[in-house]
Amino acid sequence: MTTTITRQRGTLRSRRGLLRVANPATIAACAGVVLLVLVAILADWIAPFDPLASNVRNALQPPSARHWMGTDQIGRDVLSRLIVATRLDLSIAVSAVALSFAFGAVIGGVSGYVGGRLDRWIGRTVDVLMAFPLFVLAMALVAALGNSIANVIYATAIINLPFYIRFARAEVNMRRHFGWVEAARASGNSHARVVLFFLLPNVLPAMAVQISLNLGWAILNAAGLSFIGLGARPPTPEWGIMVAEAARFITTGKWWLIVFPGLALTLSVLCFNLLGDAARDALDPRRRT
Amino acid sequence: MTDSLLSVSDLRVSFATPDGAFEALRGVDLAVAPGEVMGVVGESGSGKSVTALATMGLLDRKGRITGGAIRFRDADIAGASRRRLRALRGSKLSMIFQNPRSALNPVRRIGQQIGDALGAHLGLSRRKATEEAIELLRTVQFRDPEQRMHSYPHELSGGMCQRVMIAMAIACRPDLLLADEPTTGLDVTTQKHVMDLLVGLVRERGMAMVLITHDLGLATHYCQRIAVMEQGRVVEENEAGTLFAEPQHPYTQRLVAASPTRESTIEGLAGGGAVALPPRMAPAHRAGQGPLLEVRDLVKRFSNGTLGVDGVSFALAPGASLGLVGESGSGKSTISRLVCRLLDQTSGEVIFDGQDVGAVRERDFHRSPHRRDIQIVFQDALESLNPRFTAFDSIADPLRRLGGLRARAALTAEVEDAARRVGLPIELLDRLPHQLSGGQRARVGIARAIAVRPRLLVLDEPTAALDVSVQAVVLQLLERLRRESGMAYLFISHDLGVVRMLCEQVIVLRAGRIVEAGDTNDIFEHSQAPYTRELLAAIPYFVPGGRATQEAPPDVTGVPA
Repeated sequence: MTTTITRQRGTLRSRRGLLRVANPATIAACAGVVLLVLVAILADWIAPFDPLASNVRNALQPPSARHWMGTDQIGRDVLSRLIVATRLDLSIAVSAVALSFAFGAVIGGVSGYVGGRLDRWIGRTVDVLMAFPLFVLAMALVAALGNSIANVIYATAIINLPFYIRFARAEVNMRRHFGWVEAARASGNSHARVVLFFLLPNVLPAMAVQISLNLGWAILNAAGLSFIGLGARPPTPEWGIMVAEAARFITTGKWWLIVFPGLALTLSVLCFNLLGDAARDALDPRRRT
Repeated sequence: MTDSLLSVSDLRVSFATPDGAFEALRGVDLAVAPGEVMGVVGESGSGKSVTALATMGLLDRKGRITGGAIRFRDADIAGASRRRLRALRGSKLSMIFQNPRSALNPVRRIGQQIGDALGAHLGLSRRKATEEAIELLRTVQFRDPEQRMHSYPHELSGGMCQRVMIAMAIACRPDLLLADEPTTGLDVTTQKHVMDLLVGLVRERGMAMVLITHDLGLATHYCQRIAVMEQGRVVEENEAGTLFAEPQHPYTQRLVAASPTRESTIEGLAGGGAVALPPRMAPAHRAGQGPLLEVRDLVKRFSNGTLGVDGVSFALAPGASLGLVGESGSGKSTISRLVCRLLDQTSGEVIFDGQDVGAVRERDFHRSPHRRDIQIVFQDALESLNPRFTAFDSIADPLRRLGGLRARAALTAEVEDAARRVGLPIELLDRLPHQLSGGQRARVGIARAIAVRPRLLVLDEPTAALDVSVQAVVLQLLERLRRESGMAYLFISHDLGVVRMLCEQVIVLRAGRIVEAGDTNDIFEHSQAPYTRELLAAIPYFVPGGRATQEAPPDVTGVPA
């Protein structure tokens, strides 16, 4: 699932866009995302302790040389849980975004190319979907589909779908009367082929920006759902669950329990958003040569 | 040169690009006397527009004047402060831009916009400004200016918008007007009206004007002196009459040779005299002696109810070349799409080689055996190439889809053969469209269309976006291809000069109907229809031997107060 991210970065570099707009924040964001992905892949090897191994004698220890981020109420190492949780949170976010990207691009592309009544129907449906408070919609969907991680992914994908549909629709609609689209028809391509092999590949780079902005938001959404008890369940290491469990200890000064998962969430969302902004700048036609 | 109104000397401008500084102007010298109409001609990238923008102090942030001087009267523009420039712009110097529609603010009424121009410099009251705006609209020949001043730009035609721009440009009675391609994109009859009006106003008010254009015909018609620019330099400057009659610089000579005149032929266009064209091939044709293409009572009504094509019939013999001419909105492009089966007609028949291809729906035609027989070359070569396809991919696509070629070796051989036929160097095949020049892109577009060896080639303004020297080469290429292969051409163009060279038959269209049809020579020499005559009279034919207009040179001494 990480291929989407790396490919997107490859596109940017080949346009020399990223280097030109590179400012310290962008470089830090790139480093952050790379770090996040590496941590997610290597979680089992770099976590110093078993994230599930409890040790009640060692409970609620503040950060120390042995436990860098302290231990939780049943003595599990916070750092190890944080590291292993990265993998789960990132895969939920990436799968959800990949799903909405794939379906959104095709639905939006067809809608923008065909136009007319189909376009109006899809447009209204998207409007209705967007009229709901999205997080409430996600909650309702997970509750209705059944409480599992797979359903969290589907729910996140569905609430993201309208943005991709709208984006793909607008971009395709703008291009559908270009000469090369007509030329493709004259070259013997069916309408379906024109959308899939001609129009969508031209729209994808711009949509890649949306992916990066969306990933941060999807991570937050997954954590939010597990915070209220939907999706991943304890004792699974997950950022939202860690924050939820830590909430009980805020008042007693056990700050490390909530600060570190909170920071992990904040920084990863920030990194994805900064990367998205940088990608948008790089792909902005006014900056392109 | 102390008496000149504007003098530009050794002007150098460079632009910051990611690949380092790009020198757009490398020492431009120009002098415009009061009351003079000066032409600046050159092809794209020659620095014409940059010169105008630098003079107005309107270079964007990336452009910098790196040397030389611009003096307007006694003021130094190159070194002037922003505040000083702002005071000069509009009141003493003003500019008319190429695309009037995008130069006007779409959310403000035109009367208000003219009022803004007046208010900024003259400090008139609102009421006075309104009166003045009405007066200006009347000057630029708006009928009913009291009503029209409440229009928004989108409610006006391109020609009307350009008149509004002219009204704004002359609002504060400037001494110098810079007109950057003021009529590009306008129809030929509208172009004539706008140019006559503009030059008339300039003379009447004793202004000086710099007319920037790529059209040598337009320049010789309206200018007294002309400067030729190439790659950021003025290579030659002279009186309009002598410059093109006796061009001294090799570049000017090339430009003159490539520009179609009333008498030029395809063979005679472009550098160094006649180019030998191959003898005509007999067209490949199976079904007896009938026409290759026959169109009967073609009607296209769009979904918004407008009638794009209204009962058009014509026939095209194998290997023949038919021109469809007309102004924007005449339905010529719609007819091309109907014939190519990219659009379904409302009624009527399209008969190709004896078979009614018009009966096949547009969305199924890609499966028809006739798909490869009817191909099309589009207007804007850049917009007609997929930005993510290399030249190879673009040419290979029809061969894969229609030629059924899958094997890499056979495909490569066919693509390279098509490239050779259009004179596209093989090593350019792996380039993307933005890495190719305008002429190379046009060749890719033509190669894509002829790769599957069609029998009918529809050409929709194939040279409209090209520089004149490139146009000459592309026209020769098209003529050579037709002679080699025996293809029939349906040539759509607003440029009658080009149609005259390339087509044996011509159809003049207006508002979806045929005004006149017949042999090209008959139509051009003894046209029966008044509309055709008006169209022909409006062409600013390039006459190298001097000014074609009758107006006497304006009074040069009349410096405005």
